[in-house]
Amino acid sequence: MNVFSFSKTTLKNLFSAPATRPYPQQPRQYPERTRGHVEIDIEHCVFCGLCSRKCPADAIRVDRAAGTWSIERFGCIQCSYCVDSCPKKCLSMKQTYTAPAPEKSVDTYQKKPAAPAKEPEAAPKGENEHA
Amino acid sequence: MSTRSIVPFGPQHPVLPEPIHLDLVLEDEKVVEAVPSIGFVHRGLEKLVEKRDFNDYVYIAERICGICSFMHGMGYCEAAEHIMNVEVPERAKYLRTIWCEMSRIHSHLLWLGLLADAFGFESLFMQSWRLREKILDMFEYSTGGRVIFSVNKIGGQRRDMPDDMIRDFLSIFDGMEQELKTMAATFLEDYAVNTRLRGVGFLTEQQAHDLGAVGPFMRASGIALDTRKKGYAAYPNIEFEPITSTVGDCYARTDVRIHEIFQSIDIIRQAAAKIPQGEVAVPVKGFPNGEYMMRVEQPRGEAVYYLKANGTRFLDRVRVRTPTFANLPGMLETLKGCQLADVPILILTIDPCISCTER
Repeated sequence: MNVFSFSKTTLKNLFSAPATRPYPQQPRQYPERTRGHVEIDIEHCVFCGLCSRKCPADAIRVDRAAGTWSIERFGCIQCSYCVDSCPKKCLSMKQTYTAPAPEKSVDTYQKKPAAPAKEPEAAPKGENEHA
Repeated sequence: MSTRSIVPFGPQHPVLPEPIHLDLVLEDEKVVEAVPSIGFVHRGLEKLVEKRDFNDYVYIAERICGICSFMHGMGYCEAAEHIMNVEVPERAKYLRTIWCEMSRIHSHLLWLGLLADAFGFESLFMQSWRLREKILDMFEYSTGGRVIFSVNKIGGQRRDMPDDMIRDFLSIFDGMEQELKTMAATFLEDYAVNTRLRGVGFLTEQQAHDLGAVGPFMRASGIALDTRKKGYAAYPNIEFEPITSTVGDCYARTDVRIHEIFQSIDIIRQAAAKIPQGEVAVPVKGFPNGEYMMRVEQPRGEAVYYLKANGTRFLDRVRVRTPTFANLPGMLETLKGCQLADVPILILTIDPCISCTER
């Protein structure tokens, strides 16, 4: 048993660089594999709904008729199961995290209609009013 | 006989971030009995299996605990693989071993920090957590997550570690081992630390056996049992012996855990030397039908996973027996006869994880 066994570490710490990073001034560099948030390339999405069915947190909603893909940003658990199961590979995992917010947000992505003439067929009038 | 009084401990207590409530029956400053009550963070994760696809449940199993998240996911996957007769590729088994041991180092370093904090050694606490940060960074580099890794799946691993990444990790471990030795000297030899740990909270070998203690808590009482020796992942190909102590007090538990960190680094080196090339996952088709009981050695001790499947997407039952649940009777036994001031340290030395216990 000895005393002052920690002094070596204390002295070393006095003359070495800090272990922490001055956060807002020096932002973090994320590793390549970091799972931050899911992003969609909506133009390639075929609205098959596989991501929505696979999602363990039920955070993804796919509306084939309206051509929308929406995700609850704070419901997503960043497991990237949807990214793995997407048949068109239009989902990807980005490194930055969703910024903190006072309210839970839902991000909705709308696919541009390919041919405007077909739009009334895809979303019949009055359907949204009953929903 | 002096008057008895009851002092409540928890569910909110500075030494333990998790909610456990104990009614401490005291005679003066001496604890005569401790009556526990748990159930503050029950989340119904076992029930959820009836409503979730068995593949999706891997991500829920990981969330049983934030510290042994990898091993919870792996335990569930291995049980499902046994039911479905899936042979996992060799490389995936080695990856599981490496990540398991990294989890163990991360858990033990976290615990050492909490212990230092419990006896008021703030700077030692920060040193432990500084080292732990390196492990978390390594996890983020290899899996993409710092706490929840999501790399397990039924049939293998979802991600591979390139060989140069494993080499980088080994060099980080070399540096870390030196720093750990310096830190271990403070934990094991410092006079002030020793006065708080030595001779406190004895658990004899017989008591540990009778009360069904598991993990380092049991091994510190002299029982050399380690579920890793039963052979899962790549452990049958790794040479190691369970670390034990015969003393059975708080110091012995610290000693066992510190040596387990060094042992884990050694296991990672062995696994890195033996890891074969190849696939990391095999495709799994069909639904499980049958039941299996899987035992894995978590940082806190042996965890048991029971899975019962009925041939559909949804399992009938998942039961998890977590190490803290098995250690609670032993902890209550050690509390009898101790001083009130030693109670926080005694509770900490079983390394309690209440959210595991209540799921």
